[in-house]
Amino acid sequence: MAQKTVLRKPKGFIDVYKYKPGEEKDRTHYCPGCGHGIIHKLIAEALEDFDIVEKSIVISPVGCSVFAYYYFDTGNLQVAHGRAPAVGTAVSRANPDSVVISYQGDGDLAAIGGNNILQAANRGENMVVVFVNNAIYGMTGGQMAPTTLTGQKTTTTPYGRNPVTDGYPLQMCELISQLTAPVYVTRTSLHDMPGIRKARAAIRKGIQNAMDRKGFSFVEVLSMCPSGWKMEPVQAQDWIRDRMLERFPTGTFRDSSDEAVRIERPVPVMDPEKVKEILGYESLKTSNLKKNPNALFNKVALRVAGFGGQGIMSTGIALANVGMEYGYKVSWLPSYGPEMRGGTANCSVKVQEETIGAAECTEPNMVIAMNQPSLEKFERILVPDGVLMYNSTLIEVEPTRKDLRVYPIPVTGMADALGDTRVQSMVNVGAFAAITGMFDPGEISGLMSSLFGGKSEKVIQLNEEAVRKGYDYVRENFS
Amino acid sequence: MSEHREYPFPEIDPDICKGCRLCVAACPTDVLVISPKLNSKGFHYSEYVGQGCIGCGNCFYVCPEPSAVTVYLKGYVPEEEVS
Repeated sequence: MAQKTVLRKPKGFIDVYKYKPGEEKDRTHYCPGCGHGIIHKLIAEALEDFDIVEKSIVISPVGCSVFAYYYFDTGNLQVAHGRAPAVGTAVSRANPDSVVISYQGDGDLAAIGGNNILQAANRGENMVVVFVNNAIYGMTGGQMAPTTLTGQKTTTTPYGRNPVTDGYPLQMCELISQLTAPVYVTRTSLHDMPGIRKARAAIRKGIQNAMDRKGFSFVEVLSMCPSGWKMEPVQAQDWIRDRMLERFPTGTFRDSSDEAVRIERPVPVMDPEKVKEILGYESLKTSNLKKNPNALFNKVALRVAGFGGQGIMSTGIALANVGMEYGYKVSWLPSYGPEMRGGTANCSVKVQEETIGAAECTEPNMVIAMNQPSLEKFERILVPDGVLMYNSTLIEVEPTRKDLRVYPIPVTGMADALGDTRVQSMVNVGAFAAITGMFDPGEISGLMSSLFGGKSEKVIQLNEEAVRKGYDYVRENFS
Repeated sequence: MSEHREYPFPEIDPDICKGCRLCVAACPTDVLVISPKLNSKGFHYSEYVGQGCIGCGNCFYVCPEPSAVTVYLKGYVPEEEVS
């Protein structure tokens, strides 16, 4: 490569950060003096210099660098917390010619992803892992991380990390260099210019190893978190030098890059026809559909929504199960917050004759809204002429759209009248059967015992009655 | 790029600079200073004093903001002059 005559923003970066929301598409989201920007630049420069921008795939972690995909002009995947090496494994195996760069922080890699990184390293997956160690959880506000130093004050160790209660700072290079498979394990630091230049050399070597399919390279970089450490950036560099280097000495723990032989793994099956054969696709096409002669629908994309505890999920599961018994293709996809009850919840249910692609109903042709906020939210995404069934016990305001087929049904009231609010979901199932004509209420009752296996006869009977009530209500009031 | 200068020299985008001062600390010839002026984001940005750059690239490599610092080294031919 010719000597550079200009040092400028490397071509490994996207010119204008178009995937970044907001106005500031010409700059990163990182705090002033953050080490991530430096490390990003070293990677992006190597991508340009090695001419591999097009064949590289950067795996973004969870942490401040969760948005690395805003910046790198490569293939990008943003993955679950700590799972970058697992996803990197998949990418590397599926496309052995790609250059996989797994970018992770210390909370991501050493805490929740501790096992993932060890297993990927132990398998010698062909990738370079850039491990940014700043001894703290930066994004979430400066909590103790696995790599937090003994005595270091964080928001969760206000008196300093105490080994008696908090253990010792995890030394990942030392751990990983105990394994047989990794080819290159090194620790560098951003605390001064020689350190940054060594980090640059290490990142380039790791990327070169990945290009040459030599296996697993692990490049740790000690990095500043001025905001989390509550320091000025230059002071933060000094803190790395004075405090971190003692526990995290820089140096190369393993380097068998020169001797390593090119990894050849079994070629993955990429031919769609072969994949179908392996998955038994042909057998999926044979139909045992018992289509109800009165069916008004042959394809339902349903959204059920309401408060947690209103039987949202069980309505969906019940409908999917009944659909499956009839021989339809079905899917059920829940979506809810962390709370068990009281939060908002919704689920997508598909019941159709042909094979289902995406399970989420982004354009439902039917919505069951159990409370007002759900009606307002999901009324909007119904297809023209769609079916809107809502719980008129709790919803007093009428839907605004005029093109819909609307079924106000006092679901909660009917369930209460039966003596148990929890049977709301079965009232929904009965009403669904009547509206769509897809299921016969008598048959559903027969399926109850399998759905409610292990419950008492009384419970099964109550549910059967609720199905019948829902079915009859629709028949009596809307036909 | 502005008219002046002898190569090498750094060019710092005053509006992108977040004023972290890492480049000021990393410069071996102390030719970068923090401006008394503020940029549109409220940062005192870094500035080249106009002479004395030796083209070591420290400011470029230490700067965490990808497009804030450009260093034009000896032998650089501006694009408009490339034919």
